[in-house]
Order: sequence, then C-alpha cells, then structure tokens
Amino acid sequence: MKIGVPKETYAGEKRVATTPEVVNWLQKLGYDVSLEAGAGAEANYSDAAYSEAGAEIVTDIKTLWDSSDIILKVRAPDDNEIELLHDGQTLISFIWPAQNKSLMEKLSAKKVNILAMDSVPRISRAQKMDALSSMANIAGYRAIVEASHNFGRFFTGQITAAGKVPPAKVLVIGAGVAGLAAIGAANSLGAIVRSFDTRPEVKEQVESMGADFLLLEFKEDGSGEGGYAKTMSNEFIAAEMALFAEQAKEVDIIVTTALIPGKPAPKLITIEMVNSMKNGSVIVDLAAEQGGNCELTVPHELSVTDNGVTIIGYSDLPSRLPTQSSQLYSTNLRHLITDMTPEKDGVITIDFEDEAVRGATVVKSGEITWPPPQVKLSAASTKPPEAPAPLKKEEIKPPSLFNQMLPVIIGALVLLGVGSVAPASFMTHFTVFVLSCFVGYMVIWNVSASLHTPLMSVTNAVSSIIVIGALVQISSSDPVLVSLAAFGILITSINIVGGFAVTQRMLDMFRK
Amino acid sequence: MSEGLVTASYIGAIVLFILTLGGLSHQESARKGNLYGIIGMALAILATVFGPEVFNNIHIIIATMLIGGTIGIILAKRVAMTQMPELVAILHSFVGLAAVLVGYVNFMGGSSLIGVEKTIHEVEIYVGILIGAITFSGSVIAFGKLSGKIGGNPLMLPARHWLNLGLLIASIYFCYDFVHQGHLDGGNAMMPLMIMTAIALIFGIHMVLAIGGADMPVVVSMLNSYSGWAASATGFMLGNDLLIVVGALVGSSGAILSYIMCRAMNRNFFSVIAGGFGTTSGAVPSGSSEEQGEVISIETHEVAELLLDAKEVMIIPGYGMAVAQAQHTVHEITQTLRDKKINVRFGIHPVAGRMPGHMNVLLAEARVPYDIVYEMDEINDDFPDIDVSVIIGANDIVNPSAQEDPNSPIAGMPVMECWKGKTTVVLKRGMATGYAGVQNPLFFKENTRMYFGDAKQSLDSVLKEIL
Repeated sequence: MKIGVPKETYAGEKRVATTPEVVNWLQKLGYDVSLEAGAGAEANYSDAAYSEAGAEIVTDIKTLWDSSDIILKVRAPDDNEIELLHDGQTLISFIWPAQNKSLMEKLSAKKVNILAMDSVPRISRAQKMDALSSMANIAGYRAIVEASHNFGRFFTGQITAAGKVPPAKVLVIGAGVAGLAAIGAANSLGAIVRSFDTRPEVKEQVESMGADFLLLEFKEDGSGEGGYAKTMSNEFIAAEMALFAEQAKEVDIIVTTALIPGKPAPKLITIEMVNSMKNGSVIVDLAAEQGGNCELTVPHELSVTDNGVTIIGYSDLPSRLPTQSSQLYSTNLRHLITDMTPEKDGVITIDFEDEAVRGATVVKSGEITWPPPQVKLSAASTKPPEAPAPLKKEEIKPPSLFNQMLPVIIGALVLLGVGSVAPASFMTHFTVFVLSCFVGYMVIWNVSASLHTPLMSVTNAVSSIIVIGALVQISSSDPVLVSLAAFGILITSINIVGGFAVTQRMLDMFRK
Repeated sequence: MSEGLVTASYIGAIVLFILTLGGLSHQESARKGNLYGIIGMALAILATVFGPEVFNNIHIIIATMLIGGTIGIILAKRVAMTQMPELVAILHSFVGLAAVLVGYVNFMGGSSLIGVEKTIHEVEIYVGILIGAITFSGSVIAFGKLSGKIGGNPLMLPARHWLNLGLLIASIYFCYDFVHQGHLDGGNAMMPLMIMTAIALIFGIHMVLAIGGADMPVVVSMLNSYSGWAASATGFMLGNDLLIVVGALVGSSGAILSYIMCRAMNRNFFSVIAGGFGTTSGAVPSGSSEEQGEVISIETHEVAELLLDAKEVMIIPGYGMAVAQAQHTVHEITQTLRDKKINVRFGIHPVAGRMPGHMNVLLAEARVPYDIVYEMDEINDDFPDIDVSVIIGANDIVNPSAQEDPNSPIAGMPVMECWKGKTTVVLKRGMATGYAGVQNPLFFKENTRMYFGDAKQSLDSVLKEIL
C-alpha cells in the first residue's frame, strides 16, 4: 500500500508527519511512501533527504491524495483536504473528536477510515504511540524556553564580581507530562522549581525531576481516569487558590498545565494574583487552547499586563520545536502502523481486537466509532491501592508483655524441669552449652553481609570438630567400630581441609 | 599427654574458634580469623590424638586424614565460585553423616552408666543421631537442588504438615522405646534406633524438598546451624565440652544467619521451614496471570550508549550472573566505565543468589573492589539519582509488586527500588518468571528496557561497544 504525507496546511504549522528515518521504517513494513514537495522543509527535513531515504516526492497535492491509500498528517484535515479524501482511504492525524463534532460529521460522510492520534488509549502497551505525551513533553520544555526568552534575568543564581544574582523561582502547576518536562527544563537551567498537583501520588515524580512538591493541608485525592486529574471540591479549590495567591507574590515564572478532559481549563491564576506578581514576571499558560488557566490569557497570543507581567498563551508550542516534534510524532505514528501491519506486508488492517487501534479509530468505513467502549486498564498502568503500609504497621505492633515474657517463662520452666532430674555432670555440660549459644549469638550478630558465604564455609569447617568424637573411638577393639570411626574421620577430614581452604580462597579474593 | 593438658588445649581451641567467628565479621580481620580456625582445629586434633583416649590405631588416623585432606584440598581448589552453595551443602552433609556414625559407634561400644545417667546418655545418643541424620539427608537434597540435579520447585505433599507431625511423634515414640529397650535385659535397642534414623532421613529429605528455590539461602544456613547442633549433641553424648561449645557456636551462628535471611525476605522463619513458598497467602496473586502490557527491548549499542551517557550506574546482580559466569565481564565493564569517570556501584540484595553473600563472593572472584559493592539498605535511597540500573539475571529481588501488590506471594519483602532511577536495563534470557514464580511488573515499566540474551554474551558485546 502507498502512504502519502502532505504538507501541513494550517497557518504556522511547521511539523511534518514523517521523517526520513521513519520513511525507512515504513518501507521495511512493506509500504511505499510519497511526500508532497517541501513537506518537511519547515522542520528542517529537505526533499533531498526524503528522496535519499527512498520516498517519492510529489508536487501536485491532488495526485498525492489520489494515489495514496494511507494519509499521515499532524493537524486534523481542513475542508479542502476532506474534499480530497476518497473512499477506502485511511487518514491518521490528530482529530480531537470530542471538540470537533462538525469535523467528525464531515469525515463520516465519506467511506473512509480515520484514526485519531489523540484518542490512542492511555494503556501501558500503547505508550509508544502516545503522541499526546510526546507533544506535551515538547510543550513543557518549550514553555520554559519561551519563559526564559521573555524573562529579563538568569534562571540560575550566580555570584559574580559584579554582584550576586538570585536564582529565578518557577512554579509549575500540574505535574503531567508537560509539567514534568517543564520542571526538568527549568531545573536544568538552574531555577528553583516548585510544583503543585491535585494528585498526591505524583509527588515522587515531581521530586525526581528536581522540584519541591507543594502540599496542601487538605486530604482529597484528585486522580481521575487515564492519568488525568478530576474536578475537585470547592473547599479544596479554595485552599488551592490561597496557595497560588501566596506563591504568585514570590515566584518569577508560573507555568500552568492544568487540564481536565472534556472540560474547559480550570481558572487557577486570577487577575489579582497576576497583579500581585513582580514586574517582569512571566506566565506560560499551556492550557490556552482550552481557555487558559489564567484569567488574563489571550489564547494563541503573547500579552503583557499593565504591571509588566508577560502572559504567553501560545497554543502551538510543539510546532515551535518542529524538528523534535516531527521526529517524536512520526515515531509514534510508525509504532501505530507497525501494530496495524502484523504481517509486515504493507497492508494496513484495522483490528478492533487490538485495544490501541480500537481506541484510535474514530471513523471506520464511514461510520463513527467514537467514543470506543471502555477499555480495561492494563495491570501495569493502574495504581494499586497503598494497602501494604497499614499492613506493615500491624506487624510491628509490639507484642504484649505476657507474650514477650512467655518464652522466658517457658525457658525457665524447662530448665527447672531438666535440673530437677538431671545429674550434676549433665548440668555442667548444659551450662557450657547455653553460654556458648550466647557467645555465638553475640559474635555473629555484627557480621557484614558480604562475608556471609565465607562465614558459612568457615563455620562448616569448624563444625567438623565432630572429628574429635570419631578420634576418641578409633582405639576401640571392635574392628567394626574402628572402621566406622575411620570412615567418620575420613569424611570430616575432607570437611576440615576443604572448608578452611575454600574459605581462604574466598577471602583472598576480597580486596579493596 | 595428661587429661589436664588435653583440657587446656581444648580451652585454647575454644578461644581460637570464638576469635575465628569474630574475625569473620569484618573484611579486615577475616583472613586472620580463618587462620585462628585452622590453628584451633589443629590444636584440638593433636591434643585428642596425643591424649589418653587414643592409644592405638594411630596409623589409621594418619591414613584417613591424609586421604580426606587431599580430597578436601582438591575440592576446594577446583570448585568454581558459582558452585559454592553446592559445595557448602555437601560439606554439611559430611558433618551430619559423621554425627550419625559417631552416635552409632558410641552406642555399639556400650557404656557402664546406670540409672538416670544411662537414660540421659541414651537420649543424647538418640538426639545426636536424629539431628545428624536430618542434616545429612537434608544437605544431600539441598546439594541436589542447588546443583540442578533436582528441580527447584517446592514439593507439596497434600498433608505435609501432618506428615511432619506424624514423623515427629514417631521419633518421640521410638526414643521412648529405645530407652526402654536399653534398660531391659536382652532388649533390642538397635531396632528403634535404626527406625528412627530412617525416619530422620525421610524428614530431612521432605523438609528440604518442600522448600522453594527462592528460600534456598535460608536452607543452606539452616543446615549449617543443624550441623552445629549435631556436633553439640555429640559433645553431650561424649561428655566433651569442646564439641558442645563449638557445636553451639556454629549452631547459633547458623540460626542467626537464617534469621537475618528471613528478615531480609520479610518471611517468617517457621513458614520457611514448613515450606511451600507463596501458598500461605491463599489469595491468587493479582495481576500475575493477566497480560501486563508490553516490554520495550533494547539493542547492544543502545545499552552501550546509555551506559556511556550515564553519570551514576548501579549494577544489580542476581543468580543469572552466576549461571552465566558473567562476573568477569561485569568487572571489565565496571573498570572501563570507572576510567571514564562514571560512578559505577553494585547493589546487593541480601538474598541475591542461592546462598547468603553469594554475589559478594562472585564479585570478589572477579576482583571487583569491595568498597564499591553496597548492601541494599545502604543504596536503596540512592536510586532516584541513578541514571542507569543494570539488572543482571535478577528477578524477584527487583519486583515492585512486593511493595505494591498486597496479594503477591512476595508482598512485604524488601526489594531494590531500581524503578525509581531514570532507566533500568534488565538482562534476561526470556520472559520467564523468577524462582518465586511471580510475574514482575518492573519489566513493563515505562523506564525499563529489556535486553534479551545470555548475560555473558550480551555483556561481552556491550563491553566491545564501550571500549
């Protein structure tokens, strides 16, 4: 089958749905690939590079669409492109079916298959095709780059001959993929990074990226489905807003990434908060396309408030890093197509048994198949309840005094019982025995773990002291007993020599 | 040599043996400790041979000791460090067997004791043989399991706890019968003694067969403990304080080691001994049977790149490294990376391998300096800073379900938290489960890369790439 990759038509879109490297991969799967001339130019992939990789360069859009069985795109098709779709064709791109009802209707009017990269289910085996995460990662990084571009100071603190430079303070709201990427980027520029998220379980991830996790003194878990947050209670939101208001006075940069699926973005940064910020501060609103987390955000634009706060509402951050985002997006596409070409014969199959493909397919042969039936989350991606912690607590509950004393009492009774019947000679040996047990206990307790094996082999050699038993019997007059004793000496000698020798050999190996 | 001199020598030997165990507690003093042990043993044997109780057949002693010593030296020189657990297990069996032999000889030699003293003496013989026989058969089975001659899965007889109880009651009954027969004129005390020996042998076999492979380190140290108790019981029988003391030292040290092992696995000591790993929880381990997602595999050059780009590398070896004999290659990789100023460290789980400290010995054999080899507790908090963790043939000790899944058979067992690092590379032959038979969610984590193949060959090719 033939894969066609047209140039993106959306104004300002610099990404392209395939790279020369991915062209190679697609050919290995048995596909022929053709591109519209100049498709990758804005992402720094030249037509020459594509030709070299074996792709055909087509200048006429109509020819490209007509001759291709599969069309790969980044943005959802516009009306002209929908016109170009022909029956039986398969289109893979971002679609956003929930937000774009009319687009879905137009698409389903044709007998085509549409796969939406934004609808790939968030299950662990589909992670490699998760274009949303890839793009969010880039957006988070770019958000910090944009912020630092518009911020008049260093991010890192420095002490120079010309004076001390304080580090910039960055607050990242929402620790999803984009938030974590922003934290990582800000942290590596040297800023002091803090982060807030309604889902307490991301604390560890936030800290692993080098930020402080801001905790609310409030118990409510915001984890919703598929790794997103859910809407919180009013009390929680009030506490959260108070925290942001306090932080706004202090920090230099705010990056907001709070999104709730299928709803407008929550307003987290109010006008008052913006007004309380220092002159020169920057807010990057990654939720701008869904209305923005900041009340003053102008979607798709950069605006400056009266008190000198820059608010960045760009909605095309991934496209501002076109080479990187094309590379990741096309790799996500490649993984999806690999999944759909099990035979590697260049024939695409839409298998509804495959959860990832089922989720992504929003139109099949002209029928709307969105939303997909609820997918069961795979075991690896579900967060198991934090049950082990209370379990452990029960185990270390100190036993009652009686339970603690019980072994002592039993031990004392046994001793008394033995003492009342046993002759003196036995009790003498017994004393020695009990004392030795204690000595052994005291001596062994501090052994370092790395020496457990040598210790075991040396104690093994030492336990061959039983040879003494065989030795004192060797002088018996009965030949049977002598031979038994001799055999005993033989095997214990193996043990003595072998045990000590092997211990020595091991110890010689340990070195600093 | 007079009785007094012999006793004095014994006291010297006892002190030396205590110093041996104490010396083995630390790397610096370990070699000295071993030397003390050798001197102590030589002193004890010489004192006994020249003492009043040995008056003829000296030539037999010399001959058997020479033969035995030669076999021992050959064994010790030839054994590969990966086979240490087997060697230790088979050596334990010798102590057990010797205890049985000494017990029988002592019994057949007869005694002049009467009354309570005779009863106590006979009980001592009985107990000595009992423990000896359990140690013997148990060690032989452990040897079989460790060397792969017997399968590693626990043998689950339907009523195994009742069987054990029955065997215990039977041995108590035969003890009574044995003492009773001994006091009768013309009573046949040999019969119950032999029946008991058979029972003890069966008990030993059954006990070790019922223990799962993952618990093998505990078994080895437990048998070590038994061999000590057997020596101690023999000491009681012969009225010999040296045997009692040394046996008790070994016995308690083995018991403590077993306890440390059990604690490292968060397992109850008694449930380990009673056997049957993972069957006590009752609940079906959740998530282990269903599809857990997809693994991401990785190629040699990618592993090499990961390692070269890293600043902090943690290597977590497991039994797979021992099987593949990969420790030397691991050392060369470590050396190469450290020369490139990459901080390579080793994290050792307390139960990695098949006996306590197994990994340390293997790494030492490969001349990995011991100050970059850390215990789990020392490094488990460092994982968030680790760029690449390399898991070599380990599975259960890096299984996050021990912490996350309360129904998992290994729930609560402390594990190496490698998934908190940036990337984890798992070297594995295939997708088989570990010794505990539990699926490992680590392999399906987003930051885990699977590098399939034989550990030795894989690492050899990685080494070529990074040189």
